Amino acid sequence: MKTLSASEAAARPFDVIVVGGGHAGCEAAAAAARTGAETLLVTHRLDTIGEMSCNPAIGGIGKGHLVREIDALGGVMGEAADAAGIQFRLLNRSKGPAVQGPRAQTDRKLYRAAVQAHLAGQSGLEVCAAAVEDLRVEAGRVTGVILGDARHVRAAAVVLTTGTFLRGLIHIGEKQIPAGRHGEAASSGLSATLEGAGFVLRRLKTGTPPRIDGRTVDWDRVVVQNGDDDPIFFSSLTERAIIRQIPCHITETNEASHRVIRENLHKSPLYSGRISGSGPRYCPSIEDKVVRFADRSRHQIFLEPEGLDDPTIYPNGISTSLPEDVQAAFVATIPGLERARILRPGYAIEYDHVDPRELGTTLESRRLPGLYLAGQINGTTGYEEAAGQGLMAGLNAALNRAGGEAVLDRADGYIGVLIDDLVTKGVTEPYRMFTSRAEFRLSLRADNADRRLTPLGRDWGCIGARRAAWFERRSEALARARGLLDTLSASPNTVRQQAGLNAAADGRRRLAAEWLTYPEATVAGLAAVWPELDNVDPATAKWLEADARYASYLARQEADIEAFRRDEALLLPADLDYAVIGGLSAEVRAKLTGHRPRTLGAAARISGVTPAALTALLGHVRSRERPRPVA
Amino acid sequence: MVRVSGAAAGAALEALGGWRKPARQARLARISGADGRVIDDALTLFFAAPHSATGEDVAEFHIHGGGAVIAAVLGALGRQPGLRPAGPGEFTRRAFENGKFDLTQAEAVADLIDAETETQRRQAVRQLDGELGRLYAGWAERLERLLAHAEAGLDFSDEDLPANLEADFGNQILALQREIADHLDDGERGERLRAGYYVAIIGAPNVGKSTLLNRLARRDAAIVAATGGTTRDVIEVHLDIGGFPVVVADTAGLGVASGAVEAEGVRRARARAGAADLTLAVFDAGTWPTEDVETAALVDERTIRVWNKLDLAPAAFAADGVLVSALNGVGLDRLEEALRDRVAAEAPAVAGAPLLTRQRHRQALESCAGTLERALEARAELRAEDLRLALRSLARITGRVDVEDLLDTIFADFCIGK
Repeated sequence: MKTLSASEAAARPFDVIVVGGGHAGCEAAAAAARTGAETLLVTHRLDTIGEMSCNPAIGGIGKGHLVREIDALGGVMGEAADAAGIQFRLLNRSKGPAVQGPRAQTDRKLYRAAVQAHLAGQSGLEVCAAAVEDLRVEAGRVTGVILGDARHVRAAAVVLTTGTFLRGLIHIGEKQIPAGRHGEAASSGLSATLEGAGFVLRRLKTGTPPRIDGRTVDWDRVVVQNGDDDPIFFSSLTERAIIRQIPCHITETNEASHRVIRENLHKSPLYSGRISGSGPRYCPSIEDKVVRFADRSRHQIFLEPEGLDDPTIYPNGISTSLPEDVQAAFVATIPGLERARILRPGYAIEYDHVDPRELGTTLESRRLPGLYLAGQINGTTGYEEAAGQGLMAGLNAALNRAGGEAVLDRADGYIGVLIDDLVTKGVTEPYRMFTSRAEFRLSLRADNADRRLTPLGRDWGCIGARRAAWFERRSEALARARGLLDTLSASPNTVRQQAGLNAAADGRRRLAAEWLTYPEATVAGLAAVWPELDNVDPATAKWLEADARYASYLARQEADIEAFRRDEALLLPADLDYAVIGGLSAEVRAKLTGHRPRTLGAAARISGVTPAALTALLGHVRSRERPRPVA
Repeated sequence: MVRVSGAAAGAALEALGGWRKPARQARLARISGADGRVIDDALTLFFAAPHSATGEDVAEFHIHGGGAVIAAVLGALGRQPGLRPAGPGEFTRRAFENGKFDLTQAEAVADLIDAETETQRRQAVRQLDGELGRLYAGWAERLERLLAHAEAGLDFSDEDLPANLEADFGNQILALQREIADHLDDGERGERLRAGYYVAIIGAPNVGKSTLLNRLARRDAAIVAATGGTTRDVIEVHLDIGGFPVVVADTAGLGVASGAVEAEGVRRARARAGAADLTLAVFDAGTWPTEDVETAALVDERTIRVWNKLDLAPAAFAADGVLVSALNGVGLDRLEEALRDRVAAEAPAVAGAPLLTRQRHRQALESCAGTLERALEARAELRAEDLRLALRSLARITGRVDVEDLLDTIFADFCIGK
């Protein structure tokens, strides 16, 4: 990686320009460069590349799945989170592998450093510190960006990952400060450009809690939460935790805190009507929690350390936009925080986003070909959601040069679910991933992300040689072990006596693969029957056990996936004129015209599209494919 | 006509007693269900792919149009592996996919499906308006909340959820599963949802049951089919009473059996009486006040007593029930009125919806109850999967539940968010 001045950047054309150095931007730039595209990352400040603007943690349930998928495609986030992880916890450990989500508290500075180091080691990637004020558009196609100093930088494709910077507006009580995040200027030029190009922009909001000085917390009055003894990492290539591991702490609000908040509600811009954007239901401010769940006498707060050598504490659970004095008053009511010093007040931030239904599944905008959007600009929230989109947008921006594309569907992974939800259904609140959004959840496990996606990444040219070799080795080991399970067999008596399985004495010999589906069966346990299974390594054994656990359900899910893919294979032409198709009601016609679904399956997922409408659509498309015989 | 399309069509046709060969030729076949009971003598046809209306293998059953016969054929087909009721417009959709239409037809066909879907929608609304609809909607609501809570336990396990969230899951699932299963089974009357409102005529030999049946059949005119059982022990007549499909069965006389065949007939007559929604217990008015004990033993709250041979009734005759003369039709009006009242009061719950809709409902409910049963034993994420599948089955009756609906419930019920 080289750092270019604005004039150096303007001196030559690039394949891909990525605007923004957040999680979406970093993944987009790195992914594009991995495929061999000449890539330029433009951002206001180079020192904040990879900044975690919200809480210092990566992963979780659903989000952890996303990070594993990003890693399986050779991305940055998994490795960076492992390098900066100061506490690893596998959520839902007591439940099955499909819903287990890896999560890590990370050192904010080390995370940023790991991301910057990753980008620095990426060949074909240059960075430039500059403000992007406008897009270069030629013949209806985006051909680069225009910097704040009016210089033009040319590229075949541009990926916008502007986060909360588009007309960002911070609210603290009655104060309003235009800003992209704390202490950084907002962008308004690009908002105007997008509006000028006909994009409809909408407002969303999100919030942060006040930051607290950990040296003023009474640690004896809060509950300790330790990390896992055997940490599960995000990246398949990580073998052990690199830095010191530390505990986290939990405290909670009480009636006294709630009273302070209730008495000052009128000072919250959320309740005074100053904030118009919609906030997420799953991440309510403490004001919202107190109002909406009035019967609850306490709300949990996780005291998340921002770093090993940083005293700042992120009190997760009390995001607020109340005035500073009210924040101080209610923080002082919380056990352990009675004397806590607030380093920086919490705030709500409103920002512009684009209706993601403007985009195709490659995240390219239909309105302005050559322009790709990823991250919060598409109405999502969360580092992981941003990174997943960034990676796919960067890949597509790069592959598009040769007419290629990289699309994951809902059966491939959570990234596929995320992008399909965005471009098919749009958003009404900041979109966050949950495993309940994935209808093929049992197939989309965090542990099998590599098996699902690395082969695709290999085809797209976005995984490195080290990962490719690792994957090759693991695939061979898996195939060998599966070969054993599919050939070895034993009677119920044998497995009952030698492996302790609760097998019914029906005298029927079964394959080892079948015995492994018993709830109490493990590969190691079955090795008592077949010593050759002793050679199966623990990681492969875990894969096999997880597959076996879901075997009976997966057969059905595979049929569902097949039906789903049949509909996804029926492509609707991008230029389809819904006005000339007979048999569509005006309402359905308007919906289809607004969404422009890419496939028949996507059309079916739009609410209100009837089976009759789908048939008419199908008939019309089929007849276009087959020219009508000349009479 | 009942049509089956797809790879399993041929096998299903043969399983019910039809033939694949020669293709495209109508053959008379005695159609029977899995239990060997004859359903109907039907014309069957087989079309091999791609030379069929849908472009797939197609089997057709041209049956006698009676509601119960259609229901029985659909029921038998539903039990064949790989078969399920077609979705709205699905045949047409498949025909399209297999290139059976061109653009000009496409628009006409879309209109057709629209009409078809609209009819089905109206039918569904009609049914779902009633008590049954409230019942199903209530189940769907409970199931949705259960699923939402199960999903909350998976997606937000690191949040501050109520400690007892999952404690009562087992009981709630079991209660719901039992209610649905009971609704489907309803004791011995297991087939009533499928077969329509069932009336059995019982009584001693020669008390006038057959004459009464013929009289009812003639007067109610709307005979749709009459099928003889294999041992001629039960004659069923399909009537339209007050707009509802009703099956009236004449049974063997409940006298002392003189041989094995007669004994079997009596056994079946009792079974029919037990399974019926309503029995018409026929007594001889001439012997009043003495009742035939065999018949009287089967009288319960589901019985209308019919005193036949009114011309032979003693002058002092005074008994519960309807006095008729089956032979010359006197008193039949009163019997019909009594019958109509009972059917109108009870049939909507049993046979209110059109047959195809009911058949769909039955399959959806069976699948829902079966999946709930599996959910009882399943581990957390598999339980959620089963609840999803169960809700998906129920949603075929009550309408689609989107993941956003679940999230709404989760965020309304729990304070989620750090």
